[in-house]
Amino acid sequence: MIVLRALLSHWVQRPVQLASLLLGLALATALFTGVQAINAEARTSYARAAAMLGQDQLSRIEAEDGQLFDQASFVKLRRAGWKVSPVVEGELRVAGSTARLMGVEPVSAPASAAPAPLAETNELLRFLQGNVGFAAPATAANWSSIDPLPELRPLEGLIEGVVLLDIGQAQRLLGMEGQISHLVLADGGEGASALPQGLVIRPPGGAGDVARLTDSFHLNLTAFGLLSFVVGLFIVHGAVGLAFEQRRAMFRTLRALGVPLNGLMASLLTELLVLAFLAGVVGVALGYLVASLLLPDVSATLRGLYGASVASSLSLQPSWWLGGLAVSLIGALIAAGQSLWRLASMPLLAPAQPRAWMRASERGMRMQLGAGIALLGISGLLIWQAQGLVTGFAALGTLLLGAALCLPVLLGWVLQRLTAAARGVGREWFWADTGQQLPGVSLALMALLLALSANIGVGTMVSSFRMTFVEWLDQRLSSELYATARDQAEGEALRAWLADQDVDVLPIWNVKVELFNAPAELFGVTDHPTYRQNWRLLQALEAPWDKLAAGDHVMINEQLARREGLWPGDALTLPNGRAMTVAGVYGDYGNPLAQLHVTTDLLVQLYPDVPRLRHAVRVAPDQAEALRQALITDFGLPASQMIDQASIKQASLNVFERTFTVTAALNVLTMAVAGFALLTSLLTLSGMRLPQLAPVWAMGWTRRRLAGAELLRAILLAGFVMVCAVPLGLALSWILLNVVNVAAFGWQLPMFLFPGQWATLGLLALVVAGLAALWPAWRLSKLPPAELLKVFANER
Amino acid sequence: MVLVADDIWKSFSSGTGRSEVLRGVSLSVAAGESVALTGESGSGKSTLLHLCAGLDVPDAGEVRVGGQALAALSDAARAKVRRDQIGLVFQQFNLIPSLTVGRNLSFQARLSGREGGLRIEALAERLGLENLLERYPEELSGGQQQRVAIGRALAAGPPLILADEPTGSLDEATGDKVMDLLLELVRESGAALLMVTHSERLAARLSRRVHLRAGQLE
Repeated sequence: MIVLRALLSHWVQRPVQLASLLLGLALATALFTGVQAINAEARTSYARAAAMLGQDQLSRIEAEDGQLFDQASFVKLRRAGWKVSPVVEGELRVAGSTARLMGVEPVSAPASAAPAPLAETNELLRFLQGNVGFAAPATAANWSSIDPLPELRPLEGLIEGVVLLDIGQAQRLLGMEGQISHLVLADGGEGASALPQGLVIRPPGGAGDVARLTDSFHLNLTAFGLLSFVVGLFIVHGAVGLAFEQRRAMFRTLRALGVPLNGLMASLLTELLVLAFLAGVVGVALGYLVASLLLPDVSATLRGLYGASVASSLSLQPSWWLGGLAVSLIGALIAAGQSLWRLASMPLLAPAQPRAWMRASERGMRMQLGAGIALLGISGLLIWQAQGLVTGFAALGTLLLGAALCLPVLLGWVLQRLTAAARGVGREWFWADTGQQLPGVSLALMALLLALSANIGVGTMVSSFRMTFVEWLDQRLSSELYATARDQAEGEALRAWLADQDVDVLPIWNVKVELFNAPAELFGVTDHPTYRQNWRLLQALEAPWDKLAAGDHVMINEQLARREGLWPGDALTLPNGRAMTVAGVYGDYGNPLAQLHVTTDLLVQLYPDVPRLRHAVRVAPDQAEALRQALITDFGLPASQMIDQASIKQASLNVFERTFTVTAALNVLTMAVAGFALLTSLLTLSGMRLPQLAPVWAMGWTRRRLAGAELLRAILLAGFVMVCAVPLGLALSWILLNVVNVAAFGWQLPMFLFPGQWATLGLLALVVAGLAALWPAWRLSKLPPAELLKVFANER
Repeated sequence: MVLVADDIWKSFSSGTGRSEVLRGVSLSVAAGESVALTGESGSGKSTLLHLCAGLDVPDAGEVRVGGQALAALSDAARAKVRRDQIGLVFQQFNLIPSLTVGRNLSFQARLSGREGGLRIEALAERLGLENLLERYPEELSGGQQQRVAIGRALAAGPPLILADEPTGSLDEATGDKVMDLLLELVRESGAALLMVTHSERLAARLSRRVHLRAGQLE
């Protein structure tokens, strides 16, 4: 305890260093646990969705092709003794948002698959009459009694955005009268008869498709969380390493006075754990704040991109707190590992050199350079392998760490050259002094390099993606108007009406199918110049559209092509067994699912029940508005059933923007952590540098001039780091576009360069460095001369 | 004998090979005795002192403190000997900069669990530090810091004091005062003192003097 108190007393005299350690660890913990909290919340939502109304426990009967089927099958099966209950699911626009309707039949539903409040007769009657529905409390509060929904009662256990209704009412609202999505099968409820043809029993599943689809998104977030964690650990490593070196003399004295090595190590570990615990508590609280700020955007992204419902508010779980604290403790141990090991192997009589931390031995630098080059080599090997998402992220990690380790050596070499080439004693001192200070700030500069290159890399990736995406939207959304009928009959009438208007109608009909054990979309396409002129095919056979029109070829999206290794000329069997040949592969950005296009005729032939509701209309652009009005007034199609090209593009872009909101936010936070690392390093160093500055002051440089030099030094170092960050960031971007994106989303994007962005970021880096150096420089400029004189007085 | 060093050999590796620093040195110090260890720079004075303190181990030979052979002890056991039986005074004071003077004074006594009978105020008064107990080492002059170091070494009442040029960092007048205090306190406590010094004048004030030349006692 006496030893621990002596060790802790060190921090009382160095509050800035203590703050640096605690905040570094807290920030690292915050960003990492924040991201983990978001992931955990999303996964809980998926599991809750899967478990909703006992779905994860009950088998279900579905159509083989995953399509809706006639509810007469339900009646037939019940009569044959099957204990089944029908469910219909679909999406409905409510108050500008998309609601997921779930229609159930409470009388036949197994107990676990019916909402508990319906056990009461009155409530059951109101539900069957369509007067009430159920939803998660937040959803019920937003949508209750909003047209066309009935009064919604809050019910725990439902996920946000889902509305539970009587099946009849849901079928009506969804335009699916007489059809059901699946049948829930009670345990041991199989009847005597065989299932009707075309229906199959599917065993209960876990979180299922959504969890699989969103895995890459969550891995992305985790990677960013880890990056921030590593940047934070750089700060902690610096602070702990400095504290160890500053206390070398104390360690020697303590051991000389009779403290055994084990006792000293145990005290240091205790000290570390106490500090890590304090930082962990602050970090977890900050992490909660970060997660709760980011979760609404993540939730919107997951809904927009994957159709996954995720609660937009965070629930605080004890396991999360414990996990956060563990992260903090592990982080502290990792950051302090080197120092503890050095202490353990330090001879008792090792000279006490408080400034040893500032000096990097040549051997140490050589080892660091060797490790850096080895990591870069491993990264190259991983890229060469380029298999899968984890390999991609491993390549990114080794590239970033390798480059960061090489930075101080490179910077040291440059400073040596500058010192040799300097004219005038002032400049020579400036460069030489910068070189001497380098080991002390190198950790902060490495953190800054990571943050800047991540910014450039992700910025280039997002901007390249945006350019490609916008161009792709222009090609794909070439029709002037999109009209959706409310039911099949209206669809038929709409096509007839449009044919009379002398415009081209391109049906956009599709069915959801299962292909290669994953969900896919099968579209029908009408042979029309719109496709031939606008669709940019990534790879194709000769005359691909003619081949498609012939009916025995298929176009597939890039995701499917890459996932299954299918390229033009390859054979592909449709879910119903029809053999086709791939005619071409098209880019399909933003879509997580596999997609195929056959002719409309073939689609209708294969799936006679395909909903024939959506249509693209080619009309002269200046007549589009008139046609829209005519559709409303003459045909009677509500305005809400039509959307123009610009609105669709905007909606698509909105989904795109939201997808990267979280990435951008994490980018900014990582930069903030790096800026903080720089600030704490400079503040810590400012106290240790007086012996270097005092002689220069004594020889005639004013404190103001010294302070100016300190400020300039920080800005120049940041500028140099920025220069290194550009190629590193571009390499990062290349890996993101060519390895990670391909593995995560299934599409490859061309890379564009954005020098304007680099210039802005470079300026930001200089400002951050300037701000970080401002306070230490200001303190130096105001330092009483007596403090500088102490340097000489203490010299013996 | 409080301290016995018997046929001590010690060498260190240097750029050109190994250099013999101590070559068969034997020395003993009895209770209440004060011995000056003198010699040229590099003659091995400090090395011998470090071996006597158990801070390092000899290549050959044996050091016994209070009858215990140090080489046979584990690191933890050697640390206990230092804690309980030895008071160390260094040339560079080696105080703990983040603790107050008062806490530095009582530090070793508390480490060895002998703070019970200790009266810090009385000790501080004896050392002329009674008004400085709440100050930190960096606020003290060199002479004052060395007085704190002497107080720390003697506070627990160890039977052996080992001092390595305790006045080497001080000017002559301050050094003399510190030396007076050290000898007086050692005498009062009845402890044995082995002091490394290169000063003939200071060596003459101790009860016995041994001279080390080229790794051997003369």
